[in-house]
Amino acid sequence: MLLHLLTALASASSLFLVACGLSLIFGVTRTVNFAHGSLYMLGLYAAVALSGWWGASPVGYWGAVLAAALVVGVLGAAIERLVLARLYAAPDLYPLLATFALVLVFKDVALALWGAQDLLGPQAPGLQGAVWLAGQPFPRYDLLLIAIGPLVLGLLWLLLHRTHWGLQVRAATQDRDMLGALGVNPRGLFTSVFALGSFLAALGGALQMPHEPANLNLDMAVIGEAFVVVVVGGMGSITGAFVASLLIAGIKALCIAAGTLELWGMAFPLSRLTLVAEFIVMAVVLVWRPSGLLGRAQATVRSPVTEPPLRALPPGARWALVLLALGLLLAPLAHSHYPYLLVLLIDVLIAMLFAASLQWLMGPAGLHSFGHAAYFGLGAYGAALGLKGLALPMPLALLLAPLVAALAAWCFAALCARVSGVYLAMLTLAFAQILWSIAYQWDSVSGGSNGLVGIWPAPWLASRPAYYGLTLACTAGAALLLWRLHHAPLGLALRAARDAPLRAQAIGMNLARLQRRAWVQSAALAGLAGALFAFAKGTIAPDTLGVGQSVDGLVAVLLGGLHSVLGPWVGAGLFTVLQDSLARQTDYWRAVLGGVMLLLVLVFPLGIVGSLRQRFGKEPA
Amino acid sequence: MFKPLFLGPLLILLGLSAQGQTPIKIGEINSYKAQPAFLEPYKKGWELAVEQINAAGGVLGRPLQVVSRDDNGNPGDAVRAAEELVAREGVALLTGTYLSNVGLAVADFAKQRKVLFLAAEPLTDKITWHNGNRYTFRLRPNTYMQSAMLVPEAAKLKKKRWALVYPNYEYGQSAAATFKAMLKKLQPEVEFVAEQAAPLGRIDAGPVAQALVDAKPDAIFNVLFGTDLAKFVREGHTRELFKGRAVVSLLTGEPEYLEPLKDEAPVGWLVTGYPYYGIQTEAHKAFFLAYFRKYNDYPRLGSVVGYAAVQSIAAALRKAQSTDTERLVQAFEGLPVVTPFGAIRYRAIDHQSTMGAFVGVTRLEGSKGVMADYRYLDGAQFLPTDEEVRKLRPAD
Repeated sequence: MLLHLLTALASASSLFLVACGLSLIFGVTRTVNFAHGSLYMLGLYAAVALSGWWGASPVGYWGAVLAAALVVGVLGAAIERLVLARLYAAPDLYPLLATFALVLVFKDVALALWGAQDLLGPQAPGLQGAVWLAGQPFPRYDLLLIAIGPLVLGLLWLLLHRTHWGLQVRAATQDRDMLGALGVNPRGLFTSVFALGSFLAALGGALQMPHEPANLNLDMAVIGEAFVVVVVGGMGSITGAFVASLLIAGIKALCIAAGTLELWGMAFPLSRLTLVAEFIVMAVVLVWRPSGLLGRAQATVRSPVTEPPLRALPPGARWALVLLALGLLLAPLAHSHYPYLLVLLIDVLIAMLFAASLQWLMGPAGLHSFGHAAYFGLGAYGAALGLKGLALPMPLALLLAPLVAALAAWCFAALCARVSGVYLAMLTLAFAQILWSIAYQWDSVSGGSNGLVGIWPAPWLASRPAYYGLTLACTAGAALLLWRLHHAPLGLALRAARDAPLRAQAIGMNLARLQRRAWVQSAALAGLAGALFAFAKGTIAPDTLGVGQSVDGLVAVLLGGLHSVLGPWVGAGLFTVLQDSLARQTDYWRAVLGGVMLLLVLVFPLGIVGSLRQRFGKEPA
Repeated sequence: MFKPLFLGPLLILLGLSAQGQTPIKIGEINSYKAQPAFLEPYKKGWELAVEQINAAGGVLGRPLQVVSRDDNGNPGDAVRAAEELVAREGVALLTGTYLSNVGLAVADFAKQRKVLFLAAEPLTDKITWHNGNRYTFRLRPNTYMQSAMLVPEAAKLKKKRWALVYPNYEYGQSAAATFKAMLKKLQPEVEFVAEQAAPLGRIDAGPVAQALVDAKPDAIFNVLFGTDLAKFVREGHTRELFKGRAVVSLLTGEPEYLEPLKDEAPVGWLVTGYPYYGIQTEAHKAFFLAYFRKYNDYPRLGSVVGYAAVQSIAAALRKAQSTDTERLVQAFEGLPVVTPFGAIRYRAIDHQSTMGAFVGVTRLEGSKGVMADYRYLDGAQFLPTDEEVRKLRPAD
């Protein structure tokens, strides 16, 4: 038991080291820093490479660890100065898009520099092997890790509570606009916080050298856990992050140590729960305490960007839309010459529908979702199970999908009406991850990690032109519906609830009900997209519920413009076509895609449509 | 405007190498960016095979050309790539895939569109059994075969208390289930005292190793690979998990997984794998030398798979004397191919090849893990009876 406890403490320390830097950055700059996991990965790679050159002496080893962290810290400062600093005027989520582009770039950089094979670093000199505790061996290095966690916590506490810099950081965490109003220039503060956060991320990576090989999948593996810890602890609360690390590592260790549980005559290996343990913890904590364990309710950021009022389309844009519609209608005529055109257009239309459903939630309703794949996946699985399990005819299965997704959204919205902002976004992610893990494990129903196959459309819809027609009809219908909703009283009411919740309530609006309607409508459309996807591919796997799917939608919405009706359509179209064509052109397509996205974010900081509208005054949406 | 400038030299090149014939296109789909560590050697393998075949005059008088696509590690993109290859590139058949869910997706696409698909790497039993179809064949020995090869050896150890550790997805679960069922049959008194399912790529190695130590097993069956394996081995060594215990381990002898462990590679584990350093057959020697000459690197298991996949396709094309799908399917059924591992055959009953694997014991040589006392086990010996296969596989 003692050994399990100590092992859990060592895991908690490791978790805390990754998360504390993210919490710092999150709290001060409000940047959802997707690249934090990449910085961790680069820290570990750099430490392995440097210790390879400097030898395995204690000086060489610890020198490598520190140097790796310092180099990545400088890199972090550069990222902040060159990229993020240009985006603070944009809406909250835009830096997220930039950091996501950086993830793609860094992954290919690591591949180019260090190759594809895992690199196992040396063990810490003098700390190899085990000490004997309670008659059993326990890794010596883990004792060091157990000590380092609280040590870093203590140092950070001193830095934040006993220095002038720390005072400013705490002030910025609470209310960064007020800090600016009091005459503190946030620029230098932001850069230093980002550098320190990056340094801590890389240090966390480098300190794992004796535990795990440097590999290219670390970035995404780490970022999820780190976010969960930060949110459970409360954004910006370092102590909270520490408590959350203890909680999550403890629960995981318990699942692993408990072994196999016998429930109602069925053996269930509890270790399988480690797949989602952290997300279950996060969901429970957030429903119970909407600002995390030790977090405070956020002061509203007085965003410099407000959505411009909706206006009628200028005639030029109208004609362009008519031409586009005509082109889409005539596309099947080209099928015999360019058979791939329809295949790609089907994927593009589905991606557009998904992005548009997300934008309805994130734009007018202001409800951020990082887990919109939940509804896409529920639609896909709903359609597949309707067809296979219930033996419904295909058109009915297609209709069932949005209903399943909408029902789930209604339940979700009812459960977390108290949660808002980034906490809500993380709760949506937890919800999606829990669904993902169920689909991943429930072999007899969802096909487990392999998914379900043989979900093909009815014979009269099976040809590509016919299926394209169906997809186009559904998507066009959804587009008209969304257009109508944006301009209808509901759309205006949602905007009012988003921009001035108190005043909206004062004139008698029921915000919870309004927002629930937005959830249900958005989920139904996402579910429809999922069902169309399932029948287009013939196969679905848990990825349809996964983080990648959610991120694709998020990227499309932000790329096109969070606050424009046409934005998600443009963003999704561009993103899908770019990904499809780049993947065929070059081996390093991921870095190129990341570079292109970075460029787009910097040129169009409000999204493509949003920025164009601002620039030319005459709004295309 | 500039297109003709590019096309000119290209056409000349094609003309020189291919006697003016249009190439036979093979569509290849894989998760190159998602799984680079395993698929880079694989790609080198098929590139070598294509080069050799074309240097010898191609197939049916035409050169082979592989058109390769990245599926981004997900089934949706893989199906789009498959459609693109079939519709736009006009490939004669499809091959590739690494992840089981991607392999199953492309297999089902092949069935729907009536295109031949040779699944090269994915291991799931379902590709040729539960979800098997007329248009899909598979090269590598599946999870069942790999587990079955280790069970007789495991039973010989006469250990009573076994612990299992595996990655928590279909491959790990089905390997563990097969191992448990088959060992129980050979050795009814066996007891399974602990079972750890770790999230793929994210194992908490410390707690897992500690839980296994506490269960006090006599022997351990391991299905972890890649990063998870490296983490598990380090923790296990430090916590003396492997001391005095037998370990039977799937795939650990493959250079892809064994070499990154360097001098910390486990010693005395009973594993399946690929001892490229010691296989003395003519077929393997020729392959090894050609590979080494071209890349100045030794082949990994993936290289053999990529190489043998293209060899199989060339053999099928020759036998069919055509690129017609139905004739290719008939050619593949019962098709014999000589691979670097020796002669294999694609079974008509379930479209599974009889490629086998090497079973041996791990050892340290210098600062590198290797397999010792290995022998090649023919996959044909480790398949269920035809009766059972017919029960598993839906009729066409």
